[in-house]
Amino acid sequence: MHRLYLDNNATTPVLPEVFEAMRPYFSEHFGNASSIHHHGQETRAAVERARESVAALFGCRSSEVVFTSGGTEGDNFAVFGLVSPGDHVITSTIEHHAVLNSCKRLEDIGCEITYIPVDGRSQIDPSDVKRALRPTTKLITIMLANNETGVVQAVEKIGAIAREADVYFHTDAVQAAGKITIDVNKIGCDLLSISGHKMHAQQGVGALYVRKGTLLQPMIYGGSHERNRRAGTENVPAIVGLGKAAELAKAGLENGSAQKIAEMRDRLEHTITCSIEGTGVNGGGAPRVPNTANVYFDWIEGEALVIALDLKGLAVSTGAACSSGAIEPSHVLTAMGLSPDRARASLRFSLGKQNKPEDIDFALGLIPETVSRLRELSPVYNR
Amino acid sequence: MSNTTIAVAMSGGVDSSTVAAMLRAEGHDVVGLTMQLWNQRRLAGHPGMPETSTGRCCSLDDVYDARRVAETIGIPYYVVNHEDRFERDVVRPFVEEYLSGRTPIPCSLCNNHLKFDQLLIVAKQIGADQLATGHYARVEFDEARGRWLLKRPTDRSKDQTYFLFGLTQEQLSRTVFPLGNLTKPEVRELAKRHGLALAEKPDSQEICFVPGGDYKNFINAYLSEEGESLPDTSGELVTTDGKIIGEHNGIHNFTVGQRKGLGVATGSPLYVIQIKGDARQVVVGTNDDLLTRTLRAKRINLISIETLREPRRATVKIRHRHEAASATIEQLSPEEIQVTFDDPQRAVTPGQAAVFYDRDVVIGGGWIA
Repeated sequence: MHRLYLDNNATTPVLPEVFEAMRPYFSEHFGNASSIHHHGQETRAAVERARESVAALFGCRSSEVVFTSGGTEGDNFAVFGLVSPGDHVITSTIEHHAVLNSCKRLEDIGCEITYIPVDGRSQIDPSDVKRALRPTTKLITIMLANNETGVVQAVEKIGAIAREADVYFHTDAVQAAGKITIDVNKIGCDLLSISGHKMHAQQGVGALYVRKGTLLQPMIYGGSHERNRRAGTENVPAIVGLGKAAELAKAGLENGSAQKIAEMRDRLEHTITCSIEGTGVNGGGAPRVPNTANVYFDWIEGEALVIALDLKGLAVSTGAACSSGAIEPSHVLTAMGLSPDRARASLRFSLGKQNKPEDIDFALGLIPETVSRLRELSPVYNR
Repeated sequence: MSNTTIAVAMSGGVDSSTVAAMLRAEGHDVVGLTMQLWNQRRLAGHPGMPETSTGRCCSLDDVYDARRVAETIGIPYYVVNHEDRFERDVVRPFVEEYLSGRTPIPCSLCNNHLKFDQLLIVAKQIGADQLATGHYARVEFDEARGRWLLKRPTDRSKDQTYFLFGLTQEQLSRTVFPLGNLTKPEVRELAKRHGLALAEKPDSQEICFVPGGDYKNFINAYLSEEGESLPDTSGELVTTDGKIIGEHNGIHNFTVGQRKGLGVATGSPLYVIQIKGDARQVVVGTNDDLLTRTLRAKRINLISIETLREPRRATVKIRHRHEAASATIEQLSPEEIQVTFDDPQRAVTPGQAAVFYDRDVVIGGGWIA
């Protein structure tokens, strides 16, 4: 069966160039980057080159980049590394669970959290952030691009508010990295987290930007790795891969390949919404990353559509999977004010660098007939 | 009949896992589906509930087992979320039945509203012509009558037809019960032969969403989680001739036929004979008072016949573990069938089902009023 993967916001395939860059660092250059001998020096150099590549993607100094195990660790590090009981934190209702559930935990240990709501396009009004500031506010943590809708927040305005109030600002940029230009100084953030596997590096590696002078309490104690910020022997092959992926991401943003992805996404959205009744784009009209399309198909269960499409070879997703693998109604779509029915009827298509225009033809060949079959069998549609 | 696509309702137990393996071996395209019905974390930590989610229903362990089976036999597998419907159509009615003095059967409601309704719709939507489950029962098409029949299985000790009496002709026409002609030991043997690691996994017994089978604690915990208070259903304990002999702490704590926990000391053993929901009275009496010759069943579903035109002989089961007893069944009104047993039966319990059989064939059934 021909299989097409359009779920790149969940994870992306490791690009061949990335894999090739990593390959020597398993058996050939295997040294511990902390060792003083030749083998250690070899891998230390590779780690630091990767740090420079990530720093170039962020527009920061390489000393401000900390390697992590991924986006979730970066988000947790930013939140728990700064906030103490009694502090106030501002976040939003549409954050990834890595931030939301970290904030829930902060509430348990005596912090107060303000959850900023979003409008119908899942945009946060920066003036709401400003109004939520208190004398005890320690941190603002608001994502750059949303994982479900792809909608980009006005982080530069929020950064300015944070700077003026002298409050730390963290942004989860996991779904933005490699898709839009990131410039930590323009954003004005103190912390920014990314994940390798959302940008064609491997799973289990990520990076956190930490502005110089930010007093971040470590979460993992041990050796003096990562300038005493994160203990543990560096995962050299993964870090090398992340460095390569960062280089490719930067090049892609400069050579117009992001634009090509946007064209494919737009054609997918346009054809679906024009040819199938009762459909529309969630977050459409708002600034979005180029690869994400979140589309509702009224009168169907998104869950059944995802399964039906998967059985025909098209991998897409809906909402967030819980621990059993069942789908939970999306907190992002409901926060945007979608009815529970429409939230359940929504699907996310997310493209990656490996996708080609003919992939969109394949998807468009399957979606309309599958949707109409589901609707024929739907008790709600026939009523 | 190879190459049809069949969805299998997989619970992570031996029976449904074996069904998936059997159908796969027969050459069908099989898709495994597990319904996520109840979030155990909801009530964890409430008084009388486990601190962590340890109950059986939709436990991660069962999903893990089902997923492993699907991987072993090489079929696609998905978990579908029907928590909202389960709460509305099974859990809520379960709580409300107890609070009005009846003893509910959630398994039948789940079959009627979830497994053979919602899951069957999902099966059709994803392109599966039929839904197979691990129930011990048989389905056959009777050419002469032009009707789908529900029949008791070969392994009588595992007979689950009592919980399936609500299936409609449409539902039966799309249902497969591959275990209908097998015994449980044969099923375990088959599971082993198909290389399923869970061949020796113990059977589940209790109501899946009620941890430890303690429904009273469950009702308390559920209402408190919903922000509702437990309604006061306490009242009088009366004898069959209306004499008040004490008080009770709430009708939902009693079941017809119950002997222990009445809180009154008398010379001879006392049993709950009847629960009067409106008057909040619990009627107690002797074992003989529990015997009844007639009952009325409502919300009828007929399977082997379209209508019950005239009184007919049948055997009737009034609870899952009841030996079907000879009786005459008769349509009283469009919604009601009266059952008259040849010999009086013990503890006819409102809220349970009365299921009518003609030997192995399920005629139909209804809910005891």
